[in-house]
Amino acid sequence: MLDFIQQLVGGIALGCVYGLIALGFVLIYKATEVVNFAQGDLMMLGGFFAYGFIDQLGFNYWIGFLCAVIAMAAFGSLVERVIVRPILGYPQFSIVMVTIGLGFALRAIVGMIWGTDDLRIDTPFSSGVMHVGKLVIAHDKLSVIVATVLLCGVLWLYFNKTRMGIAMQATSQNMLGAYYMGIPVKRVFSLIWAISAAVAGFAGVLLAPIAFIHTNIGFLGLKAFPAAVLGGFGSIPGALVGGLVIGVAETLSGFYLPEGFKDVAAYILLLVVLMVRPAGLFGLNLRKKV
Amino acid sequence: MSLLRLDAISLRFGGLTAVDGVSFTVEPGEIFTMIGPNGAGKTSIFNMISRFYQPSGGRIFFEDVEITQLPPYKIAQLGVARTFQNIELFDNATVLANLLVGRHRHRRTGVLEDILFLPKVRAAEYADRLRVEEVIEFLDLQRYRDQLIASLPYGVRKVCELARALCTEPKILLLDEPSSGLNVEETDDMVYWINDIRSELGITVLMVEHDMTLVNRVSDRVLALDYGRVVALGAPQDVARDPNVIAAYLGPEGTV
Amino acid sequence: MRPIFQTDYGQDIRLFRHSGYLWSYGVLLLLVLLAPFVIGSYLQSQIVFVFIYAIVGVGLLILAGFAGQVSLGHAAFLAIGAYTAGYMQRHGVPFLVYLPLSVVLTGAVGALVGFPALRLAGIYLVIATIAFGFIMEEVAARWESVTNGNDGMRIKQIELFGFTLSRDGYSFYYLCLGFLVLVLILALNLLRSPTGRAFIAIRDSETAAQSIGVNLSVYKVMAFSISAAMTGLAGCLYAHKMSFISPEMFTLLLSLEFVIVILIGGVGSLHGAVLGSIFVVMVDPFLSYLKDDLPRVIGEMARSFGVANPGALQDTLSAIGGAAGLKGAIYGLIIIVFIIFEPYGLYGRWLKIRLYFELFPLYKKATFRRQKTYVKSERYR
Repeated sequence: MLDFIQQLVGGIALGCVYGLIALGFVLIYKATEVVNFAQGDLMMLGGFFAYGFIDQLGFNYWIGFLCAVIAMAAFGSLVERVIVRPILGYPQFSIVMVTIGLGFALRAIVGMIWGTDDLRIDTPFSSGVMHVGKLVIAHDKLSVIVATVLLCGVLWLYFNKTRMGIAMQATSQNMLGAYYMGIPVKRVFSLIWAISAAVAGFAGVLLAPIAFIHTNIGFLGLKAFPAAVLGGFGSIPGALVGGLVIGVAETLSGFYLPEGFKDVAAYILLLVVLMVRPAGLFGLNLRKKV
Repeated sequence: MSLLRLDAISLRFGGLTAVDGVSFTVEPGEIFTMIGPNGAGKTSIFNMISRFYQPSGGRIFFEDVEITQLPPYKIAQLGVARTFQNIELFDNATVLANLLVGRHRHRRTGVLEDILFLPKVRAAEYADRLRVEEVIEFLDLQRYRDQLIASLPYGVRKVCELARALCTEPKILLLDEPSSGLNVEETDDMVYWINDIRSELGITVLMVEHDMTLVNRVSDRVLALDYGRVVALGAPQDVARDPNVIAAYLGPEGTV
Repeated sequence: MRPIFQTDYGQDIRLFRHSGYLWSYGVLLLLVLLAPFVIGSYLQSQIVFVFIYAIVGVGLLILAGFAGQVSLGHAAFLAIGAYTAGYMQRHGVPFLVYLPLSVVLTGAVGALVGFPALRLAGIYLVIATIAFGFIMEEVAARWESVTNGNDGMRIKQIELFGFTLSRDGYSFYYLCLGFLVLVLILALNLLRSPTGRAFIAIRDSETAAQSIGVNLSVYKVMAFSISAAMTGLAGCLYAHKMSFISPEMFTLLLSLEFVIVILIGGVGSLHGAVLGSIFVVMVDPFLSYLKDDLPRVIGEMARSFGVANPGALQDTLSAIGGAAGLKGAIYGLIIIVFIIFEPYGLYGRWLKIRLYFELFPLYKKATFRRQKTYVKSERYR
């Protein structure tokens, strides 16, 4: 039983990371209907920025964290301005491929700059454990869970209680209409990419104590896909729930099921859910009115 | 035997009743029009007949065969064709390609024969092209034949949609607001075409329309709907004078 | 530009618009037939890969380009074709039997995949195919009795009518070329037939397609099945070419390469599959050229121009070219650049060039300029 809870906590922590990446997907999708396949690689870049600020430039952990997130926001805006804006209005397939290309390029360029070895940064959470009864919870996992909850709260408030959030939803549904209503569409796009990249960077720094900083971390983003789809791609709480489900399923199947199931558990779960609910758990099944 | 019969059809979306117990029949060879203010349920009835919506109650019969549970593509194969309020043409194809797709119902070749492009397929292609050319001739679309739909003006697209529906050689044609977006001249052409569709091609027409001059010039019988219920049914002049219809459009007496 | 007089419906059905095309394609075919005698064995080997990738490209084009069902899991179908061939060969089944068998089996799996895909659309379909790809990769690794798991499987040479077709020999080259031509002709037939038109109808407007009698389920499953069958054929050839297959060869990256083939080649036409596969297969030789030969060539040019310190220049170029991950960077950048500036792909660029010469000097630069469109939600398609 103890083992189960132990694994569950590990799964929840992993799920939080997936959830954060999935959140980044959903944010961009909700605002621009673009699926950003490079989200995992943005997370990786965030980790590397943190390494650069903390280890190479010698900043304090928290300041380095903040700088990395800000740098990621700036980078997200840059990507939007240079790469995504020219192709808005192209079929969705093309936009997806551009983000895949971006992912390739990011991985390669980061590898050229920082090399391909595993890197570590010293965080206040790297060591240390908390004891709850007989349970041993590592601080790094705990930090991920707490930080994710806080961030999600902030984002939820932002999107549901401010005008910008509603404006973002409007632009995704009808861009021309949004222009007519005076919504600064280009600024909305920049902002959404900046926020999404910042969230990815946030996840990358949080992940650093658990996994090393390495160019292949971006592949975690591929696991976050099932999370976002499970949650139904249009829903922010859905992304987090999806992430948790996938994280827990993966960890538990790694522990209890024979070898090899760990990697595909997420995808099998995804296919099963899609069969029953083709628009994900919280997604809206929309149909065109003829 | 009536061609199309609707028996107490109703449609509910959650708490909203879009169509409430509508019954009527369409006789072969007549031009039957549904009128009513926006939101009266006219297009919903069309969508139920073409089976894009599932009726919440009632039954639909086509040539005395019940079609209430059939999937949409089977309806077309029975001989029901329709046009759409917002044009649903294949934008990236030429007019000719769109019309040729309309011949799908009369396919005689399977996929394997198609892949090998046997002489049978070639002969079928020639036959289809002949029939499509007849429709092009009928609707004067010759000069648009090889143009992409995306480059055509709205009025021509509407005619192309009508052409595609005609290519299926239907028994009954459902026209959803055929004159919306057309100018006076194009509406005149539409009047002639609808009459010719009935007299030359022998196709029954069921229309939804707002333009009352078109309705009066063309229809045999008119059905007026309001809030999903039948308000009047009869010859165009009678329906136009019916007090319930006037109340539906202009408000009850005493408030005008 | 040659004016074409329409006198016969057959002219619109014919594969070649006018005899000029017959000549140009004929010359191209001749060049390709004579190529192995002229170019070296390395290039010949790469061109065989071009053929194999082009077959997959045609299959993917039929599914994604013409029926509108995007798939990022085609490496799985390639794997099924390859492993069927390997397994059958191991049990002594002759080539003439296991080749059609891998085609049919992969087509059947494609149909099975098509059924659940009926309910999915857009991004959900893409992700479901990615999931399918991952699951298939894992199945290949775990089902050791059939696939030999992670140890991989050796594939012997093709034995046909008593001859052994070595994978580096002329006969294998011609075999792959023959299959490519066959697949192209079958695809062209499909597209000018009622089935092909039904596919395009499904892509452009499912509502309208249903209203004229197209049974969506049947045609979508058919599209998946045909696409998978073609990829299965390519898989069988791929297995023989590589002579060794293992699960880690059939990853998401391979599926992405296939999609890049049709995207860079041009999504609207079969030429795109061939042009795109030439691009994708030639990236590697191009990169090794960049790494080894180009710095030397530039160094010598610098020397002859009297530029100071040409050796350092040559060394830096060499270092950049040799950096690990350069392939990924170039791939990524080329994809981005192509989609932004060349949305119609290589074939589109060829059409523009041809039109320029046909209309010379009346060509207008704005002929192909995209109309500015505003993003409309694809959720309401």
